[in-house]
Amino acid sequence: MKLNKALATVALAGSVAAMSTPAMARDTISIVGSSTVYPFATVVAERFGTKTDFSTPKLESTGSGGGMKLFCQGIGTQHPDITNASRRMKTSEFELCQSNGVTDITEFRIGSDGIVIASSKNAENLELTLEQLFLALGSKVPVNGEWVANPNEKWSDVDSSLPNKPIRVMGPPPTSGTRDSFNELALAAGCDELPEAADLSKDEHSSICESVREDGAFIEAGENDNLIVQKLIGDTDMYGVFGYSFLEENADRLQAATLNGMVPTAEAIAADEYPVARSLFFYVKKAHIGVVPGIKEYVDEFISNAAMGPNGYLKDVGLIVPPREALMDLMDKAEGMRNLTLDELK
Amino acid sequence: MTDQRSQAEIVRQSLKRRYRKERRFRAYGVIAIAIALGALLTLFTDIIGKGYTGFMKTTITMDVQLDGEMMYLDDPTDERQIKMADFVEPLVQSLIKEIPGASEENRKQVRELINPYASVELRDALKANPEWLGTTQTMTFLSHTDVDVYVKHAGDDAYSIKLNDQQKAWVEELQERGVIETSFNDVFFSGGDSRDPSKAGILGAIVGSLLTMFVTLILSFPIGVAAAIYLEEFAPQNKFTDFIEVNINNLAAVPSIIFGLLGLAVFINLFGMPRSVPVVGGLVLTLMTLPTIIISSRAAIKSVPPSIREAAEGIGASKMQVVLHHVLPLAMPGMLTGSIIGMAQALGETAPLLLIGMVAFIVDVPDGFFDSATVLPVQVFLWAGSPELAFIERASAAIMVLLTFLISMNALAIWMRKRLERRW
Repeated sequence: MKLNKALATVALAGSVAAMSTPAMARDTISIVGSSTVYPFATVVAERFGTKTDFSTPKLESTGSGGGMKLFCQGIGTQHPDITNASRRMKTSEFELCQSNGVTDITEFRIGSDGIVIASSKNAENLELTLEQLFLALGSKVPVNGEWVANPNEKWSDVDSSLPNKPIRVMGPPPTSGTRDSFNELALAAGCDELPEAADLSKDEHSSICESVREDGAFIEAGENDNLIVQKLIGDTDMYGVFGYSFLEENADRLQAATLNGMVPTAEAIAADEYPVARSLFFYVKKAHIGVVPGIKEYVDEFISNAAMGPNGYLKDVGLIVPPREALMDLMDKAEGMRNLTLDELK
Repeated sequence: MTDQRSQAEIVRQSLKRRYRKERRFRAYGVIAIAIALGALLTLFTDIIGKGYTGFMKTTITMDVQLDGEMMYLDDPTDERQIKMADFVEPLVQSLIKEIPGASEENRKQVRELINPYASVELRDALKANPEWLGTTQTMTFLSHTDVDVYVKHAGDDAYSIKLNDQQKAWVEELQERGVIETSFNDVFFSGGDSRDPSKAGILGAIVGSLLTMFVTLILSFPIGVAAAIYLEEFAPQNKFTDFIEVNINNLAAVPSIIFGLLGLAVFINLFGMPRSVPVVGGLVLTLMTLPTIIISSRAAIKSVPPSIREAAEGIGASKMQVVLHHVLPLAMPGMLTGSIIGMAQALGETAPLLLIGMVAFIVDVPDGFFDSATVLPVQVFLWAGSPELAFIERASAAIMVLLTFLISMNALAIWMRKRLERRW
């Protein structure tokens, strides 16, 4: 009985001792954030690790919102140093950061990403306007001035110029940042072109204009975009929604629908001419520079010409790189590490 | 009398029907097993069919002229010079020489056949052997992933070939001459993660898994066994112990992600432990496996016949002597089997690790319990979601490695049970 007690005490003490280890010094940069930026940031991190004597940064793909939450939790090595985002920091997130002592943040806009509607090269390509896209995929559409559940079953029901085929589109689930952007940039924009949208209240607008139909025409395919690509190649009646990098990776087998007459090319997305494009960012916690080694050098590597220039390695992995002037601005920013202010975000 | 005869008659008449019923019942069982086996077979064929190419690498072997002038390098021991030297040029020049018909004008296309990290390999080789400068060495480099995909999967619909026709012709020619070869993929077992599929390996994930499992084992086994012994042998039977028992059984059914949330709240936020480290992963998985170990250990203790306890007590052993000298050794095989199965479960777990930051891109192989690490199933998850198609085969190959671990752990559990179990 005594030995038993002693054993139990030792086990308990051991686990408590293990638990109460204080936050330790860290020599690896910790990066969190968007799954859209992840494929680019990992390439930079790996290059940075092989090129320099610093250890390779650790990257977690937490989604833009999750990354902001972790990033804004406070100063100290148990919190991440950099967060990636596929949208700009929200003012609420900025305020959260401020209230937790993360006051000095530098923002870097690193380029763009587009969302494409693609199909197999053997399929009939779509030429859509955003309005038609909303009428095909929105959960409710106006019929004679009334918002009713989407009755369109074929693309030709939306517009007679479109193919006489059932509407079947695969896309990312609601947890995905790509889906958020798709709802916001494609569907809501298409909805706003309808005259009926003007009469909607703000709440109605977000619930009607930013929701995808759930009657089976839009098929949620999980976070794995490769799976969507495989399905498209097997089924020529199917269309898929995913990021531009997957289109580029499969350029010999897939084609992309035009939106408002624009073909999704790197140039059109970088110039913001393609309607469903978004900017990518990363945010640096200035208080950690000098505490965790290599942060400044990592930033320099990311915005270097070798990475983001017109022949940079990030271009090879599908990033739509910013024009030369924007890159030079980034360099100025990296030198001064200018603070982000609330006014900029408003 | 007449009554009995008619009963026998009834039995005889129903006999045929009852036999038929039994045959049907057996057939259901066989069908169920056939479906399960069929599903398993499909899974294995799919994984092995997709993944076996992941165990092969494509290399380029060529004579590299290590010309100092070409590399802007005259002293490979000088760090400054190494930093500014050009290690790509000698590779491109050597490969141009290997390809008849290629010239300086095709240099971009030629460069696209060589792995982007080959120059780093060349740099490290020169750093290790400074005397090579100015000589010509026969060296083997990884090919570019596009070449790798073409060599392995030309004509396969599931893969996109990104080489142009000129490059395809070159690759075929070089293959015939033995410059481009496929061989066993040792890189896969000796490296950490990479965003370049050819360079990606699972050693980092294997080491991470081992470290995490070690923490889990040394915590969960003693705690689980101690809890089981106390509850089974010493605890009084009252409402409180009943309550504990019910809750242990409940915990065994709690979805694993809940343990991840708990780990995040307690170990990381409250105790300030770092994210993504095997210690925290091990602690979380300990919480998850504890109920399994406690339940199986209690079952093992229960199965020790009371006669053994009584005999020991009869010759004057104390309660503790009974437990430590007689019950525990006899229950140990059952406890170990339960623990191994619990550990195998923990080895395949990803959901709780997501929340404590072990689902991360980590290149360096971890070398301690407080070093950032990831685990095998997480590595599979990360590769399966990558845009590069060549990661599909790596993910399948990693699944095979993970399955090998799981099957050998379960086989060990079965072997131990067969070997050590005593029946009364």
